[in-house]
Amino acid sequence: MGEFETGDRVVCRYGGEPRDGTYITDRDGWAVIKLDSGYNIGVSPDTCTLVERIPAIPAREADAGQDESLPLLSIVSTGGTIASRIDYRTGAVTSQFSAGDILRAIPGLSSVGRFTTRQLYTILSENMNPAIWQELARAVYEEIRDGATGVIVTHGTDTMAYSAAAVSFMVDTPVPVIFVGSQRSADRPSSDNVMNGLCSASAAVSPLGEVAVVMHDTTSDDRCAIHRGTRVRKMHSSRRDAFRSIGVSPLGYVNYPSLEVTLSDHAVRRATKGPALHDRLEERCGLVWFYPGMPPSVLSGFEGMKGLVIAGTGLGHVGTSLIQPLKAMIDAGCEVVMTTQCLHGRVCDRVYDTGRDLLDIGVIEGGDMLPETALVKLMWVLGNASGREQVRVLMTRDLKGECNGRSYNGL
Amino acid sequence: MDYEALGLKAGIEIHQQLNTHEKLFCRCPTTLRKFEERSGEFYRYLRATVSEMGEIDRAAREEMKQSRKFCYYTYDSTCLVENDEEPPAPLNTEALEICLTIARMFQMTPIEQVHTMRKLVIDGSNTSGFQRTALVAINGVLPGGGLIETICIEEEAAQRVEDETFSLDRLGIPLVEITTSPCMHTPEQVQEVAGYMGMVLRSTGRVRRGLGTIRQDVNISVRDGARVEIKGVQELDLIAEVVRREALRQVGLIAIRDELRARNASAGEEAIDVTGLFSGTASSVLKKAKVILALKLPGFGGLVGREIQPGRRLGSEFSDYAKKCGVGGIFHTDELPAYGVTGDEVAALKSAAGAGEQDCVILVAATREKAACAVSQVVRRAQMALEQVPEETRKMLEGGSTAYMRPLPGAARMYPETDVLPVCIGPDVMENLAVPELLTEKADRFATVLKFDPAVARQIAYSEQLPLFELAVTGGITPMLVYRTIYGTYKELKREGVQVEDIPDGSLIAVLKAVEEGKAAKEAIPGILTKVADGMAVGPAISECSPSMSRSDLEEIVRRILSERTDFIREKKQAALGPLMGVVMAEVRGAVDGKLVSEVLRKELERVLNA
Ligand SMILES: [Zn+2]
Repeated sequence: MGEFETGDRVVCRYGGEPRDGTYITDRDGWAVIKLDSGYNIGVSPDTCTLVERIPAIPAREADAGQDESLPLLSIVSTGGTIASRIDYRTGAVTSQFSAGDILRAIPGLSSVGRFTTRQLYTILSENMNPAIWQELARAVYEEIRDGATGVIVTHGTDTMAYSAAAVSFMVDTPVPVIFVGSQRSADRPSSDNVMNGLCSASAAVSPLGEVAVVMHDTTSDDRCAIHRGTRVRKMHSSRRDAFRSIGVSPLGYVNYPSLEVTLSDHAVRRATKGPALHDRLEERCGLVWFYPGMPPSVLSGFEGMKGLVIAGTGLGHVGTSLIQPLKAMIDAGCEVVMTTQCLHGRVCDRVYDTGRDLLDIGVIEGGDMLPETALVKLMWVLGNASGREQVRVLMTRDLKGECNGRSYNGL
Repeated sequence: MDYEALGLKAGIEIHQQLNTHEKLFCRCPTTLRKFEERSGEFYRYLRATVSEMGEIDRAAREEMKQSRKFCYYTYDSTCLVENDEEPPAPLNTEALEICLTIARMFQMTPIEQVHTMRKLVIDGSNTSGFQRTALVAINGVLPGGGLIETICIEEEAAQRVEDETFSLDRLGIPLVEITTSPCMHTPEQVQEVAGYMGMVLRSTGRVRRGLGTIRQDVNISVRDGARVEIKGVQELDLIAEVVRREALRQVGLIAIRDELRARNASAGEEAIDVTGLFSGTASSVLKKAKVILALKLPGFGGLVGREIQPGRRLGSEFSDYAKKCGVGGIFHTDELPAYGVTGDEVAALKSAAGAGEQDCVILVAATREKAACAVSQVVRRAQMALEQVPEETRKMLEGGSTAYMRPLPGAARMYPETDVLPVCIGPDVMENLAVPELLTEKADRFATVLKFDPAVARQIAYSEQLPLFELAVTGGITPMLVYRTIYGTYKELKREGVQVEDIPDGSLIAVLKAVEEGKAAKEAIPGILTKVADGMAVGPAISECSPSMSRSDLEEIVRRILSERTDFIREKKQAALGPLMGVVMAEVRGAVDGKLVSEVLRKELERVLNA
């Protein structure tokens, strides 16, 4: 079409009576008009005539006063939004990343800390990759080194757990590094963004000293849970309380609206470790979810990989037809780590024949590690270890709370 | 009152729930539940989102004066969509079809590509903080030349349990919103049009019936007044009265404005703290308040207390605005001394505020923060009183007066629902829709073809039992028998506590058919239906209540009864017929039709008398 531009004032004579409106866009050949009543309608473009071309009004600049006496918090954004605003002329919703905009969208933040923002990426979290994790780790490390009391990483929720695990392994942190996002879009008055944002800020100034995910703990706006970055998993596609700690209890909670933080005994405390960055990753690693009848040819897709994590059945099994192909991979230099697709519980390959066969060919038992965490850890270990024996040692040792020696009651 | 001379302009918005199987944006049933059946509760805070100009919709901002925590009840018949925990399902096509049928009945033009919008509503009645709504068709006609501007399909809001607690069973039930242009000029006209539109909606046979399933909003303005939207008029009969009272209110406010200006009144003074003045007060409200603030309104004396609508004054408007800050209300000197406040206290208050004869003093008692907020709200409303009638959304009170709810929302509160794809309505869709017969046409047909009295014909056509009536009549049952049963017998049975709603349509028709074929007596209908309502099948119910009795059986009984009463018959002759009828009926009621009893008895009596 090209006849109208977004924001044009038009008269629409569709259905007889002329109606004033604003041209929004073309959708499958129909002109989408926002009538002055607020409704959008899709009509034939030839029923509309241009009245006036109105130049877009630049968004008002935010003037957010910050309290210099409050602790400095750094917000690193990767694409997940905790703030957005609606263009009521076109109805478009835009994510906000500047400190001013975020503070204006979540006014309560300014009483928790003063903020600097760093917009690293604007991508959907499914488009994340190990190279971006590395960049994220470097950015987080720089913010820590530059004196941030805490770092908040805004992130899309889909792969937030992978990124949190990756940063856990790559960065030794004396301060809280908090991943946060929202499950329900930030434009809606009911969005979880405000509460998650405030709780993450509160967790970022708390005595915590590790990488964590802070998200709704229940469907109510009552508290957020603080999850360890290596033990957290998105367990629901849409609910606010999708994030769950698996195999451990949460590191703590942030009550809302009081923003009071309570930490568990096992949460690593602030300044336990000095800041350090180990940002090498071996990207050539894969993760495969075994299913009954899976043909060995599936494994050939992983040929040339340096590492492979298997989410096996039960205690950590795959069909016997896979044992020889796996042996060939291991012999060719690939490290194979077994985890369980049960997610809860640990692998134990000494109980049944298949398991013993797997151990015999050199498969590494992944303990009670989550499959995704094991993948990220394997990338990190392969990037940093020297020699196969050290890989085996590091993969079975607890580095960042990802491996529990004990399986706790009630979890 | 000459409304045309006042320049009255009114339009209506009708909200009608549709009788669909599923909700508009999820696959939950549209069943309403009892609160005690709830399966759980959760709570949320709602907040308005800032626009690109850093602004918040004025109606939304008003709702946000207090941070409000809303509680919601869930049921086994609701899902994560109602909880705002899952994206909406595609638009319910059954609801869209009903909406288009209604559009066609008003000769409207459907929108080629229907877009679902999010309309910000942050009073808690929608878990998401917005209501999903889509404009489906435009430009319809009303008899008499009125114009229908739009028909929209929307989701119903959650039902308020009390205060800030809502029940999610109602949230998401489809409804249509039909908006007329401001084309009406008298209160009666508004009521008449609303009645007509309601009739058209019911003619589809696919709208929900009963209290709360239809609501009318009325838009009213008079010359020099302002557009005011009155929400939620549920009774049709009250619409004209609501319009009358709103016209009265606007005229009253304009008169007050003129008088305020003549007096050089103003509203902008600082409130003073008078907490100390009331340290020994007998007023329970003032006694327990942390802070009492007094605001002088110069020139407002006597006008704040002047009635502008039955039971409503300018002071009531002040109070409504103040309540948005969470205070219970306000006092003003036009209504004092009262409520435990003494004359001495009023005099002390007036002197403390420096108020003269022509001034009014407003009292607000609350926490410091709330009281300050309430004072600023009163100042704002008082300034409006000096300017003009404010554009407002108001809610109806009992009797037809209204109270302030919030400012009229701007177009600013709508933006696209990106989780729902647009729906295209092809050119042939409308033509393929069956247009239902209007209830008025049905009533005419019942009167002319079925020979009902016109009033009865109308009663049937407008009743909720119309579908059952039509089903039975098309099933071949005599219309009068159907009418008597479902409008007469049903009512009596209901009075006796029988659950007539539990009688399946098919069973009723089977019972009536049996009666018409002589397999059951007309007199047995109530008995049979009572058993059917209790869950018995039609066959057994008939044989229990109405064991078939042959004519010869009946003749035998009649002869026996007559032979036992020969003296009586000889004495009374023909006049014995009546009393004997009673005796026979007592014995055979339900088993034989009364008409047959009468015929047999007459014949047998004749024989005895002739013998
Ligand atoms: Zn549902």
